[in-house]
Amino acid sequence: MSTVAERSAARKRAQLEQKALDWADDRLGSSKWLRSAMDKIFPDHWSFMVGEIAMYCFVILLATGIYLALFYNASSTVVVYHGPYKPLDGQSMTEAFASVINISFSVRAGLVMRQAHHWAAVIFMAAITFHMGRIFFTGAFRRPREINWIIGITLLLVAMLEGFSGYSLPDDLLSGSGLRVVFSIVQSIPFVGPWLAFNLWGGAFPGSGVFFERLFLIHEFLFPALLAGLLGGHLAILWHQKHTDFAGPGKTEHNIVGSRLWPQYAIKSQALLMFVAAVIFGLGGLVQINPIWVFGPFEAARSSAGTQPDWYVGWLDGALRLWPHWEFRSFGHEIANPFFPGILLPGLVFTVIYAWPWIDKRLYADYEEHNLLDRPRDKPLRTALGVAALVFFIDLTLASATDVIGNGLQISFERLIEILQYGSFIGPIVGGLVAYRACILLQGGNVHPIQRPVGGTIVRDERGAYHTLGASHGENGHEGEGHDVDGHTGNGHTGNGHGDETTLERGPAGG
Amino acid sequence: MAETKFPRVFTGAHGPEDGAGETTPWPDDVPPDQDDTWYPLRDDPWRARRMEYVIAAFWAITALCGLGLIVVYCTGGEAQYEGWLLLGAFATLGTGLLLWARYLLPGHDIAASRGHHVSDPEERAAIVESLSRGTDSLMSRRGFLVKKVLVPVGGIFGVAAIFPLASLGNRPGRALYHTKWYSGARLVTEDGQALHVDDIMVDGILTVFPEGYINDSASAAVVLNVGGALVQARHGQADFEVVSGANGIVAFSKICTHAGCAVSLFNVFSMQLICPCHQSTFNILQDCEPVFGPASRPLPQLPLLVRPDGYLIAATDFVEPVGPGFWNRSGD
Ligand code: HEM
Ligand code: FES
Repeated sequence: MSTVAERSAARKRAQLEQKALDWADDRLGSSKWLRSAMDKIFPDHWSFMVGEIAMYCFVILLATGIYLALFYNASSTVVVYHGPYKPLDGQSMTEAFASVINISFSVRAGLVMRQAHHWAAVIFMAAITFHMGRIFFTGAFRRPREINWIIGITLLLVAMLEGFSGYSLPDDLLSGSGLRVVFSIVQSIPFVGPWLAFNLWGGAFPGSGVFFERLFLIHEFLFPALLAGLLGGHLAILWHQKHTDFAGPGKTEHNIVGSRLWPQYAIKSQALLMFVAAVIFGLGGLVQINPIWVFGPFEAARSSAGTQPDWYVGWLDGALRLWPHWEFRSFGHEIANPFFPGILLPGLVFTVIYAWPWIDKRLYADYEEHNLLDRPRDKPLRTALGVAALVFFIDLTLASATDVIGNGLQISFERLIEILQYGSFIGPIVGGLVAYRACILLQGGNVHPIQRPVGGTIVRDERGAYHTLGASHGENGHEGEGHDVDGHTGNGHTGNGHGDETTLERGPAGG
Repeated sequence: MAETKFPRVFTGAHGPEDGAGETTPWPDDVPPDQDDTWYPLRDDPWRARRMEYVIAAFWAITALCGLGLIVVYCTGGEAQYEGWLLLGAFATLGTGLLLWARYLLPGHDIAASRGHHVSDPEERAAIVESLSRGTDSLMSRRGFLVKKVLVPVGGIFGVAAIFPLASLGNRPGRALYHTKWYSGARLVTEDGQALHVDDIMVDGILTVFPEGYINDSASAAVVLNVGGALVQARHGQADFEVVSGANGIVAFSKICTHAGCAVSLFNVFSMQLICPCHQSTFNILQDCEPVFGPASRPLPQLPLLVRPDGYLIAATDFVEPVGPGFWNRSGD
């Protein structure tokens, strides 16, 4: 279909490309790697895009964050504000707060950038959480992918801290109360607490002049650099191990089905970046977030009701509300209340999450390598535990909004907190049991909640190939009964190169 | 191969593009009978061209939005317009890219081998050899240099590295035990106004600081008039309250004993102070004992006196540390 002119243009282009790649290869020996990179295959399931969304949020955070950093002033020197935002005119505030007010009202395009930055942070955390849920419920953390689970949880932790540190930079009333609580949590650590808190803040709360400089350094350099490094490792490992996939027609433990990186997947992925940017910048321009001029500058002697932190720290705030009023005092020492919900609980939660791949191995006595994912319903126990954890997390998050919910529902916050205290025990149990039942029921049916129905029960044979058994008829053009989903039927194994390609046997573990 | 698992990909039907001569089939880890050059509109040049125009139209909108953004910026900037334009620009750019990839670019539904992501057994054995060549010589003479020398030496040198931590200046010292209240300090409001005994009305709370320390957050206290109500004081603190005519005036630390927020809500009907952070509730008439929420200690009471000229003053500092707990809070 190509004309003579097109062909000669293509030849010319190929010559240029050859020259450029030769140049690189002469210095780096890069051709072999680059070729396998461009030819790499990525599966197309929608749930695999969530991690990418998180990655693109990070890209947008860097871009908008660098812009904001050019205007932000990490100083706690008190100044009197004079500017276009009249309600605050003549009020004294720190230079940090004033600089964020200026970004919002005096810097052209500043408000959009700032709100986009905040929306990106909120969506970043949501994407990370969703991504983690996907990994958990489908068993994608199983061997050989345990290291990426560990790196992923660390990314989640650092991103949370990064978000909280950014949220605190404007020195407004809302974030100031958050910092006050964090200071108290640090102070509650046995033995070293007060010393640690004083050295982080440069003195008693609200700290000395060094505090916002430190916070800014942490937020704009330390944590982003950590995130970038961890993300690099995360992706490099993914690259080496290749992506998991759901079982389905033509898919085995040994093959991978999807789009080529170049050009198909690369262009599709750029499209996703654009859509993520569309949502974030659209929200940034159209939907107000963190209006610090409404909250006002921080004053330690004030705090206001009805305020919540960003959603991803809500569960910790909720834990502080629900934890009973215990403190331990003996031998002239005490462990203050905030230590338990503020340090011990998240410490335990994250320990269990970090250890999960190994707990799961024990639970299922399964130490094998897996490239094909579980359907959540086929691992009812894991799914039930995951749902229980989610319910627990939601219960704590709701607790961080007791005053708002209480007003809305016309119940006293005391009742509400009691309900949520019981809920943090009963909710996970009920949620887990319901999820377990649902898995068993779904196993009986044919409907796959997250993929087109393929029909029947999928079983794995000793070679690691998957087959559908006892199916009804296929719903999307594949025959049902006894259909072999191994990528080739019967005689496919009998020799020639192709058969070997798609069913590579690997080592003694046998898949 | 006779099987056609991927009707669109396992070809036989459409082979590598011919004629041009420069389209070599894509590489080795793909089963040879897959057609790497396939894309949905390949065999339909008319629709393919129409799709290019559709994509171009989307990107034209992107450009228009870009122009719009320039105009908005130059006319002073307006977040709402910027939001719509950015949304439009990115969304149309993305849609064009997606259509391009979806309909006009090759590389769909390809199956490839995963290959081996682990090393061969021979390599695994070989690396142990290389490693132990080193470790064996490091640990010669039963590890004399390592176990008997390096470990203790490293320990001593490591301890030396801890010392600089002691230079970190901000030792809490007694800072958490005291506030800026002193004997005779007048109670002043945020605006620096000293309070007279008759200034304190029933039904409200006032936030006060020791005179001269208006911005000292740890010293913040609330003062209120309980009228004729009886305040049950803690042991030995009965005279912390000032009684003037029919009015009882008391002051408590405003720093929540839970996690340090300002206890700034007052329920006049139940005579309770409520902390907005986690809703710890303190009963004023019962020496500010916590009656609900995570706080476990009462708000410390500030001992008050009235000067002959009627101004309220502190008799002393708080008699216990204010605010949230810490490891050696009860140590003196
Ligand atoms: C990687 C993840 C990041 C997250 C989750 C994050 C989160 C946040 C959040 C929640 C805020 C509060 C913004 C507001 O009040 O509206 C913020 C502010 C800020 N961030 Fe980030 N950020 C990230 C990366 C960065 C980077 C890489 C930089 C710069 C190099 C940066 C620079 C800033 C600056 C200067 C502010 C303060 C200005 C303001 O509040 O408007 N951020 N960040
Ligand atoms: S800080 Fe007051 S209740 Fe937590």
